[in-house]
Amino acid sequence: MGFLLTDEQRDFGRSLDAMLTAADTPAAIRARAGGDAGPARALWARLAEAGVFALAVPEEYEGMGPLPVETAVAFEELGRHAAPGPFAETVASAALLSALAEAGTDAPAKRLLPALAAGETVATLCAGPGPYAADADLADVVLVVDGDRLLLAPGHGAVRESADPARRLARPEEGGELLAAGPAVVAAAERARRWAALATAAQCLGLGRALLDRTVAYTKQRTQFGVPVGSFQAVRHRLADVLIGLEFARPLLHGAALTMTDADVAAAKVTAGEAAYAAARAALQLHGAIGYTEELDLSLWLRKARPLRDTWGTPAECRAIVLAAAPLRRHDDPHDGPLPKGVWGVTVPARSAP
Amino acid sequence: MDLHESASIRDFRAEAREWLRAHVPAEPLPSLETGEGFAAHRKWEAELAAARWSVVSWPEEYGGRGVDIFHWLAFEEEYWAAGAPGRVSQNGINLLAPTLFDHATEEQRARVLPSMATGEVVWAQAWSEPEAGSDLASLKSRAVRTDGGWLLSGQKTWSSRAAFADRAFGIFRTDPEAPKPHQGLTYLMFDLRAPGVTVRPIGRLDGKPAFAELFLDRVFVPDADVIGEPGQGWRIAMSTTGNERGLMLRSPGRFLAAADRLVRLWHEQGDPGDTALRDRVADAVIGARAYELFTAAGAARFAGGATIGAESSLNKVFWSEFDIALHETALDLLGPDGELADGEWAEGHVFSLAGPIYAGTNEIQRDIIAERLLGLPKGRR
Repeated sequence: MGFLLTDEQRDFGRSLDAMLTAADTPAAIRARAGGDAGPARALWARLAEAGVFALAVPEEYEGMGPLPVETAVAFEELGRHAAPGPFAETVASAALLSALAEAGTDAPAKRLLPALAAGETVATLCAGPGPYAADADLADVVLVVDGDRLLLAPGHGAVRESADPARRLARPEEGGELLAAGPAVVAAAERARRWAALATAAQCLGLGRALLDRTVAYTKQRTQFGVPVGSFQAVRHRLADVLIGLEFARPLLHGAALTMTDADVAAAKVTAGEAAYAAARAALQLHGAIGYTEELDLSLWLRKARPLRDTWGTPAECRAIVLAAAPLRRHDDPHDGPLPKGVWGVTVPARSAP
Repeated sequence: MDLHESASIRDFRAEAREWLRAHVPAEPLPSLETGEGFAAHRKWEAELAAARWSVVSWPEEYGGRGVDIFHWLAFEEEYWAAGAPGRVSQNGINLLAPTLFDHATEEQRARVLPSMATGEVVWAQAWSEPEAGSDLASLKSRAVRTDGGWLLSGQKTWSSRAAFADRAFGIFRTDPEAPKPHQGLTYLMFDLRAPGVTVRPIGRLDGKPAFAELFLDRVFVPDADVIGEPGQGWRIAMSTTGNERGLMLRSPGRFLAAADRLVRLWHEQGDPGDTALRDRVADAVIGARAYELFTAAGAARFAGGATIGAESSLNKVFWSEFDIALHETALDLLGPDGELADGEWAEGHVFSLAGPIYAGTNEIQRDIIAERLLGLPKGRR
């Protein structure tokens, strides 16, 4: 029994980190913000080559998954490098299509999943609660869940800027091809939202860690009153608190990837989101005015924190999910029921139903 | 990476649960910070020990079951979920015992550990001094060489449970000429009833004598009660502070059970319609789960051969602040009844407020995190 990443999983994360470092993600973000999606699409192809988009796709559709833990590892790196693209939405689309296939409707999966796993298709998804599809302008496929119907949108409306320069929002156009309908769509959409929340939580964790690392480096070299500002207790303690926030979000993320229960994913999402936002606040404060400029690449990280915290499950929504699942989850009533099925009192579902 | 429990742990958990179900007192024991409560808790320790549940992770020869950290975590979860009493022996079990396992002689272990396991001898920690709290290395109490042992003189303070405990352990200055403050210190054990010892109980915030100050006037300690080499006290003491700050002192089971009780309270009180308060109940559930899984990762590293290091400072700050937030939420749910001093949440709240102070203040823990985990420069305190 070991609640630690395997060497292979760590190596996978490290290799993505190295690749993304070399890929110059700030330049890709700035290009995207200026209307040139080329570098972002080029980055997408390299990530596909590394297998990132195959992780949520079952083997029968030319994927490697479903592998939620590896997905969490990969998305932490995407967050660390603030990579631009509808990553969570693509992974959620894969989860949705494979859930539908499991429920008996496999035509959309056959049609879309292989290209999605290979990175040839960039997909985005509008499955509530918000009205927007992220990065629809960059995507080849815009999926829409409308009640119990899954539609392939014919296009999207006006593209609006996000607070995050790497991201854009648009409402899908109404209508389009009906891909599936019925209760299976509702269940599949729930699974998609879980995967999107997990992937976003992982991005938050990586984003927060990058903000912390950059701020630690800055406060070590920036001097005031003749000493590095990182030697002041007010600075040190604030950064220590940022680390604590992130270090306690990480096991929640990994635990959620293992169980993929609504409550665990929601707990990871709210905790990682809040930790990343706290990291951003600290990073801005401790960089001072230079951090408040768009010229410094730090701004690209800072501006992601709030949108990532709030998308695919706001803190309030996540807390409501946790609380709904919490009552009598454990067993301190001595007359209450059988032994827990999983470790430390938590029921662990079979891996086959993430 | 997995979270599945082995058959061995499941069986162990089941055995613990069954025993606890049959033996946990139906009515809560009186507070262990009172004379009456102390005696009742000592009896509970003896009952636990008779069934070999008092120190499950110790070797069998000293009254344990020789189980690994994962079994211990499962036991702790069952223990607190069953509503079992607080552990009056925790200072000895969590702080002195690991020190003895690492640094003591076989004779010392055989002499000290069995009576600790049964609660027959309850231990108090004697580290802090009036002028040496967070700056522990500045301590002044002395141990002076004498025939066959040492004579202790000075003053210790904030000694938890010393009002009723039998023996104490601490560090004393044996070489006042040593060039640095953390050199020339010696770790030893002494009898709180020995001639020359005066114990003055100190009332906690709620008036209960949860700690005491100790006045020592030429108290004799035989050589046999020195742990490790004289002069090595600091190194020995520091090798086990990770236990105090980390998971040994506050296992996740305790907070999982507390979060469960909080959710139950929330149901009982009826949802107040106050979404901010509701969110805090959710945060308690999330925090307990976070601590559980953080510990699971730490335990896996520990089982893989890693030692507890500066990471225990992360634990300390987290659980101490989490504990307060959880209890404050309970008091807010209780409304006017939260003020009643005899309620279980009220006593828990008072206890939680000390968390950021003891076992190394949270300010010191943040300094450790900043310097040793983040690599920030040492600085102005």
